Amino acid sequence: MNNLVDLDTPASPALATPPRASRAYVLPLIVFAIFALVPLSALWGSQSFILALVTRIMILALAAMSLDLLIGYGAMISFGHAAYVGLGAYSVAILASHGITDGFIQLAVALGVSLIFALFTGAISLRTKGVYFIMITLAFGQMLFFLGTSLAAYGGDDGLTLASRSMFFGSKFLKNDVAMYYVAFGVLLGAYLLLRAIVASRFGRVLRGIRENPVRMEAIGFAPYRYQLTAYVIAGMIAGVSGFLLANQTEFVSPAYTAWQRSGDLIFVLVLGGLGSLHGAIIGAAVFSLLADILSHYTENWALIFGPILILVVLYARGGITGLFGSKL
Amino acid sequence: MTLTLALVQILNGLQFGLILFLIAAGLTLVFGVMDFINLAHGVQYMVGAYLVAAFTAMTGSFVAGLALALPAALIFGLLLEVLIFRHLYDRDHLDQVLATFGVIIFLNQAVKYIWGAAPLNVSIPDALSGAVEITDGMLYPVWRLVIIAVGLAVGLALYLVVNKTKLGMLVRAGASNAAMVSALGVNIRLLFTIVFGVGAMLAGFAGAMVAPILSVEPGMGDNVLILAFVVIVIGGIGSIRGAFIAALLIGLVDTLGRFFAPTLLKLLLDPSAASQTGRAIAPMLIYILMAAVLFFRPSGLFPSKQ
Repeated sequence: MNNLVDLDTPASPALATPPRASRAYVLPLIVFAIFALVPLSALWGSQSFILALVTRIMILALAAMSLDLLIGYGAMISFGHAAYVGLGAYSVAILASHGITDGFIQLAVALGVSLIFALFTGAISLRTKGVYFIMITLAFGQMLFFLGTSLAAYGGDDGLTLASRSMFFGSKFLKNDVAMYYVAFGVLLGAYLLLRAIVASRFGRVLRGIRENPVRMEAIGFAPYRYQLTAYVIAGMIAGVSGFLLANQTEFVSPAYTAWQRSGDLIFVLVLGGLGSLHGAIIGAAVFSLLADILSHYTENWALIFGPILILVVLYARGGITGLFGSKL
Repeated sequence: MTLTLALVQILNGLQFGLILFLIAAGLTLVFGVMDFINLAHGVQYMVGAYLVAAFTAMTGSFVAGLALALPAALIFGLLLEVLIFRHLYDRDHLDQVLATFGVIIFLNQAVKYIWGAAPLNVSIPDALSGAVEITDGMLYPVWRLVIIAVGLAVGLALYLVVNKTKLGMLVRAGASNAAMVSALGVNIRLLFTIVFGVGAMLAGFAGAMVAPILSVEPGMGDNVLILAFVVIVIGGIGSIRGAFIAALLIGLVDTLGRFFAPTLLKLLLDPSAASQTGRAIAPMLIYILMAAVLFFRPSGLFPSKQ
């Protein structure tokens, strides 16, 4: 856990000071402990519903967390991040429809496709700044959305149902919902630790420096473009993995996964939980999903409540949920 | 025959492009003057279409419906500005994107709640509901020609206001350096409210004009919004001239691309593969165009800021 301790000495006072190191991992520790214990809810019954919901939360959290590397640490407001979820999901579905069900091959393709798409679109998008960057990432996401809708061979608008979940070592253990749950849990935990390490590394410090003042960083000898592009590719690949998991969990893919509204949801999740903390994305994903789930039980017009909540969060709850906790934990 | 078909497609592209221009004009000015990114602009287009549908049903006449819908769209836009957007000008782009995204979520559901999820139909005034023969045996709907004429007229009027009047001068000055204009004693907030109101009304007007030829349904503004963003980014944020040229470009490329891409690819591929790839590539064309423009000119074709 050295990386967490490193966070205690920010490079510049202008950077958001993280909570004291001894306490910085209390909140994430609680979050992951809860996730680890959720399957025990079987003891009280109604397991499959809760398992599916929390698996979805963890997959959403994974995508939002990768976006945090871009928005929270790199100030790159990507409005097309759902594209990578779609790429990962379609990698699984298209390979499976051709009879390739080996999870490692599917995962490798998901990562590879995300890498190529992120490298290509990132290289163009990062030439622009500010609003133009938001717009161009949005446009690339839409491009993929329309590509998905026109793939008649793979379901087009209607999407594609998976014949089966991915196989690992020739075994179909992912069919078991508890196994699926713990795979998602393991991936989320792994990605969290990886991103923690990245953020605390020299690379992460440079990235945060660029967020605060790109001109100064350039003046002292760093090329912002390369660091930002690397972060963009890493984030895209992690989101691709979340797409891989999403396809397996729902056993269905559709162009709707890449719609720009989904990219908006990812940003909402992130801001709701709190930017630039990584575990904020996880908490945001949990609150977002539970809220949507609970509200939709009461009324089909839950969006009438959801929209204003979003506006109020932006106007009055700066720093998100972790921001509220930040001073105490 | 092919030539006539091409002519029809060009007219369709022109009509689509002019509708995009009506939406993009307000968006680009709001963006340019206040540096405010308003995702809810597409909702204004939807609201315009719903208002004209409601008022037409109420009065029984499209013209009366339109006459009532326009001020209503204006008031609605100003209401949103006062209630929500005004609190966002000093925030960063991320906050603006999110809050206006919340407005979209709310209003899409609200129109579904009020008018139902089923598409509404709006009838055109009888005098304009026919078709004219543009070449031998090729009929073209009069209403689409009306949209083209009205779009061009609005474009010309905006050009004159922005380039020849004092108000237009202030808008242009605001788009290139808002702080300086404010320091020179101009009430930039009032200026912005005017620009915002006109922009919202134009988007509502665009929605009203297409209401008779498209289905009026919840979420109809969402995709148009993205296209309007593509337009203003290609044209250069804050530039009416850029928005006009880019809107026509996007309208024509999109319409002609969908029509000709499968045909052109037949020269290279076998027919079924050509129509497959053609249909896959066509909707992506405008985004590829946008990426290409931004690659060579990262601030669009006619940037208003230096």
